[in-house]
Amino acid sequence: MWAMCLRVWALTIKEWLAVLKDKRSRLSLIMPPLVQCLIYGYAATYDLNHIPYAWLDNDRGAASQALYAKFAGSGVFDLRATPPNAEQARRLISEREALLIVQIETDFQRHLELGEPAAVQVIADGRNSNTAAAATAYASAIVDQFNVEWRAAHGAPPPPLQVFSRSWYNPNLETRWYMAPSMIATLSLVQTMMLTALSVAREREQGTFDQLLVTPYSANEIMLGKALPAMFIGLGQASLVVVVAQLWFHIPFAGSYLTLYAGLSAFMLAAVGAGLLISAFSATMQQAMLYTFFLLMPFMLLSGLTTPIGNMPESLQYLTLMNPLRFALTLVQRVYLEGADLALLRPYFMPLLIIGALSLSGAALLFRYRLN
Amino acid sequence: MAAGEAAPLAVSGVKLCKTFITKSHSVQALRDVDISLPAGSLTALAGPDGAGKTTLMRLLTGLYAADSGELTVLGLDAKRQTQALQTRIAYMPQRFGLYEDLSVQENLDLYADMHGVPAVERPARYAELMEMTDLSKFLGRLAGRLSGGMKQKLGLACALVRWPELLLLDEPTVGVDPLSRRELWQIIRRLVAQQGITVLVSTAYLDEAEHCRQAIVLAEGRVLAACAPQELSRAAAGKVFLLTPPPGQAARNLQARLLDRPTVADALPQGAGVRVTLRQPLADPADAPWPAQTQWQAAVPNFEDGFMLLTSAAEPRLPPVLVLHHDGRAPPAAAGEIVIEVRDLVRRFGDFVAVNHVSFQVRRGEIFGLLGPNGAGKTTTFRMLCGLLAASSGELRVLGQDLRFARAASRRRIGYVAQKFALYGELSVRENLEFFASAYGLRGGRRRERLHWAIEQFELSVMLDVPSGRLPGGYRQRLAMAAALMHEPEVLFLDEPTSGADPRARREFWRRITDLSDQGVTVIVTTHFMEEAEYCDRALIQDGGRILAQGAPAEIRRLGARPDGGAPTMENAFISIVSQARLHE
Repeated sequence: MWAMCLRVWALTIKEWLAVLKDKRSRLSLIMPPLVQCLIYGYAATYDLNHIPYAWLDNDRGAASQALYAKFAGSGVFDLRATPPNAEQARRLISEREALLIVQIETDFQRHLELGEPAAVQVIADGRNSNTAAAATAYASAIVDQFNVEWRAAHGAPPPPLQVFSRSWYNPNLETRWYMAPSMIATLSLVQTMMLTALSVAREREQGTFDQLLVTPYSANEIMLGKALPAMFIGLGQASLVVVVAQLWFHIPFAGSYLTLYAGLSAFMLAAVGAGLLISAFSATMQQAMLYTFFLLMPFMLLSGLTTPIGNMPESLQYLTLMNPLRFALTLVQRVYLEGADLALLRPYFMPLLIIGALSLSGAALLFRYRLN
Repeated sequence: MAAGEAAPLAVSGVKLCKTFITKSHSVQALRDVDISLPAGSLTALAGPDGAGKTTLMRLLTGLYAADSGELTVLGLDAKRQTQALQTRIAYMPQRFGLYEDLSVQENLDLYADMHGVPAVERPARYAELMEMTDLSKFLGRLAGRLSGGMKQKLGLACALVRWPELLLLDEPTVGVDPLSRRELWQIIRRLVAQQGITVLVSTAYLDEAEHCRQAIVLAEGRVLAACAPQELSRAAAGKVFLLTPPPGQAARNLQARLLDRPTVADALPQGAGVRVTLRQPLADPADAPWPAQTQWQAAVPNFEDGFMLLTSAAEPRLPPVLVLHHDGRAPPAAAGEIVIEVRDLVRRFGDFVAVNHVSFQVRRGEIFGLLGPNGAGKTTTFRMLCGLLAASSGELRVLGQDLRFARAASRRRIGYVAQKFALYGELSVRENLEFFASAYGLRGGRRRERLHWAIEQFELSVMLDVPSGRLPGGYRQRLAMAAALMHEPEVLFLDEPTSGADPRARREFWRRITDLSDQGVTVIVTTHFMEEAEYCDRALIQDGGRILAQGAPAEIRRLGARPDGGAPTMENAFISIVSQARLHE
């Protein structure tokens, strides 16, 4: 047993050296996750922060000025133009200079003072439906707030129903808070799978695999020796993203590191299993590379990272149960943002461990089959 | 053509120098090299590894520019008129760029496209090339599925899609069996005779140089000789002898001992005896370096004798005797015990029978050779012995077990050196040795001792921190051997260990092998160099998956007896055995 551990350890060291000795390959482990993490942190966001809009005020009273102040002070809307008439306002939308037009009717102030309903028309560019919906929602929130304040200031009773929304775990509903923890799992998956898939294929191509097979190593020991270093490297990359999320993006970590790393280890096991399965199938590095990309795409799409799993057709939802990334994403988010503990995370741990066990034993079987 | 008669020169180079500068050091690949190739001549370029053969070839193609010196090729300045030059020459590098996933025909088409051969000329040209290379039956086969010899012939055909005026071939016969080698040379000679092409061939097989009109011997970037091969042979006149060892002594032991004598330039086992080349003619038989009771006679010198005489002066002595056990441990159990037993071994790939009912036995301490042309099934047999491939049927025992199913403990008793260099290229020499020491379960003091032993015995200390992928050829092989021997295996498997090695490196290698055998290590080796079968205790010749001959080298040679009663060399015997067997098919 001890002898076996020493042998596997030697193989692990060898893999480490092979990956880390070369400066370029060292950089290729650090730079892509770092750059991707920053890109996702900044670019992948559903938040609208600079909505270009035009203000068409046909009343020019104190009330409309007060409403305008609300828009200007929201920090979300950028004023692009104050067109004199509806015709010009229409052109601003058509030419994509403004996403939104806020139009105040002529008798705005008078209606308000008489306690009658006054109309604010919001026209949005519907060519991008998601953005238009989000922008109009922001605008109506501002108008709602204006209503409440106007009533209070003019001695009118408050509106009968009011919504007070508060979001837990991400108080400002920033996409980045959701994205960064997701990157911890996603980015380490890519390289871990690639590393294991390629390392066996590389040895096959260079003829060193035969050399390895005639040594006292058993097929299982070889697999273990390939799996361990890739797992360590994957964990290292995950840590890198954790550091960036906290120190660069200042997203507070709510959970325990022990839980996080336990979860990530279970996930790495499944990722390495998938990588080894690929390497058992492929004879060349080129094949291994192709199979890896072939798997990565559905892993990403079916993980719930960009589109909720609940929105998918039922058959696809079943398919996501085979996807380790699906469970890892939720697991990491819950540890990171919510501070969930091991007991709460059981439903994510178990599938990861099962996927890992199945893929690893599948790879072991296939290896032995191919050797025969 | 008499010497001195003015023949037009296809190539004329004067004082060519080329230096490669890397980060850490610079290598002078060529120093003041003069070369002249008469038009329509066949010239051999011989020399040890790293002599500058490939660099010289690449200068002639215009791929490299000389640092200094004048080089005119086909009347063009090789440095300035490269483009014009390259349309008139053909160059086949050591690893010719065949597209292994394309068929023979597709490879030809591709090269014809690249060289802009007009479509109307192609059918006639292809027919000619296919007739020449005898590949017409294989037009549809993928290049990757051809045997080594056929690949080289296809490479040659692709290089010749457009008739060149000058053909440069860089070691075209490396890794090619004697039969295919013979065919390749027939093609080359026909090209010179019928097409009038000027050909320059670099080669590690020195007997091949004897077919050429001129031979250039290069060593460490300098021309040692440029003359007719016969002239070099004559330089060895009176210095070459054939010895018959006293009864009871193996020829290879006598040979190994002779190599250590300062007066000996070269020694090789040949037939039942030893061929010795002395540095000086033997003035007084009492000065002979061999034991007094040895029978000896003068021999007719050949090109290889002259070559070794010329190059051995410049090269370091062979390494001392290889001692496997650093602690002076006695070799295990006496010789004679059967270590490997193969009975009725069969391996099929689909319908194709690669190994067809093969049976043999190997005893402890024997050197056992597996010989055969490319595609004969010897590599398949070898891989099954090592446990890398399953047998379709039959029985197979190495140290009493089938290695495929053997536990770690039995695999620790064998060593393996692959055909291609198969250590980790990015790891340094030391890291490779350390890894294989651990892989074989060496630890603590024993591990330290064995690492020290490996570095010492294989003289690796100067290269310890060099990534093994960047080692010069000779060091690579030593490292591969060191890694395979650190755990003191009882059986050593070697797959074409000398393919592509120069004559000096081959002698060095075989000397280590005979040392190991003397210490009780059983050695299984495949080789393309038939004369190397002379080092074996026993050998078998395979073709088409079947055993054609098996026995001691002398017995095999007897099977190939020539009709004129002359003593056949191992290579003649091999060719006659294989071609006779093919005739009966």
